[in-house]
Amino acid sequence: MLAKRIIPCLDIKDGTTVKGINFVNFREAGDPVELGAAYSRAGADELVYLDITASHEGRKTFTELVKKVAANLSIPFTVGGGINELSDVERLLGAGADKVSINSAALRNPNLIDEIARHFGVQVCVVAIDANFEHGEWICYLNGGRIPTERRLFEWAAEAEQRGAGEILFTSMTHDGVKEGYPNEALAELTAQLHIPVIASGGAGKKEHFRDAFTLGRADAALAASVFHFGEIRIDELKAYLKENGINVRL
Amino acid sequence: MNVAIIKYNAGNIYSVAHALRRLGIEPLVTADAEALRGADKVIFPGVGEASTTMQHLRQTGLDQVIRSLRQPVLGICLGMQLLCRYSEEGETECLGLFDTEVKRFVARRHEDKVPHMGWNTISGVKAPLFRPEAEGQFVYFVHSFYVPVNPWTAATTDYITPFSAALHRDNFFATQFHPEKSGSVGEAILKNFLSL
Repeated sequence: MLAKRIIPCLDIKDGTTVKGINFVNFREAGDPVELGAAYSRAGADELVYLDITASHEGRKTFTELVKKVAANLSIPFTVGGGINELSDVERLLGAGADKVSINSAALRNPNLIDEIARHFGVQVCVVAIDANFEHGEWICYLNGGRIPTERRLFEWAAEAEQRGAGEILFTSMTHDGVKEGYPNEALAELTAQLHIPVIASGGAGKKEHFRDAFTLGRADAALAASVFHFGEIRIDELKAYLKENGINVRL
Repeated sequence: MNVAIIKYNAGNIYSVAHALRRLGIEPLVTADAEALRGADKVIFPGVGEASTTMQHLRQTGLDQVIRSLRQPVLGICLGMQLLCRYSEEGETECLGLFDTEVKRFVARRHEDKVPHMGWNTISGVKAPLFRPEAEGQFVYFVHSFYVPVNPWTAATTDYITPFSAALHRDNFFATQFHPEKSGSVGEAILKNFLSL
């Protein structure tokens, strides 16, 4: 049976990891390659490297980093941040990334999803959606949650799937950082509606939250950053817990 | 050891090269017929679309080179599917080293998502490609087409239907999954292939 996936996300600025304190020692925590390898040894199923640098120089540094990650990591990884056009995708896949995650660029130019799928296959294209729950609706946001749009979560996710998204990475801005769990109702609605994998993101604070995202939310994968970086939850312990709770994970 | 990776117009060639380097082997990535025939081991990787890839292999004569190889050859993912006779993807006549066809996954339930992407287990693993320790282990898959179970099946995985996770016939070996992306389990399988 296909395993549910646990995906740590690493925020990268100027080639180093932004967060990361307790999981490994300081030297490793700052080095995205070492940190990724440590997560892989602990049982992470995939990694996401998110480039939060805006500058052109930072972009180049990130591409060099992707090459190093590809040379050292023996599990799949996705890269995101600053992908605006097909040439960005080509550059990052050429550097060795397995998938790319697009967010604002897809909202601004939905056709980018079709182009990525046509050129590189649907399995490469992860569409990330940042949405906030307001007045009974899930509003999609641009630019890392700064600019609201006219789009709504469910209709946008459906369009992304139809255009060729291979996976949907749904981050609830309402839940992100609050550590009270993932938006399980919205996840369940999303997974019932879509025919592609859904990655839950935003809200994990304890192991039970991951369990609920899989059982109640029916998510295919769960992504988290700070709980892993700060050592609040260890991936090996989390997976053992999920297994005990009847969830099929790779041990 | 002299390991060659067949260079052609498919993605993912370099991830196999990286995996070999992690095992201490510097592979030769080449489309040269003599270099391929002279290698101790040949790896035929691939992510891509069957019909355009087969067209490329025919145009470059690599199809004949692959058929002529006598040393251990490992096809990976699309590489495995192209070693078969025919693929439903693009209705493509393939290399025919395994007399079986490649079929498209058809979802039966809502939970059946295509492509089959992620970690799944292999069972019924057969020597010499696998050591017994590989039984029941998780490996990484990304594919929308599959090879049904057949007389050359060397491991099976169950997703929508039981299918061939690996094949073996004479000097030709193949995995539907990506050993180069399958962590330590994948590394052990690659190492085992290199020891054949």
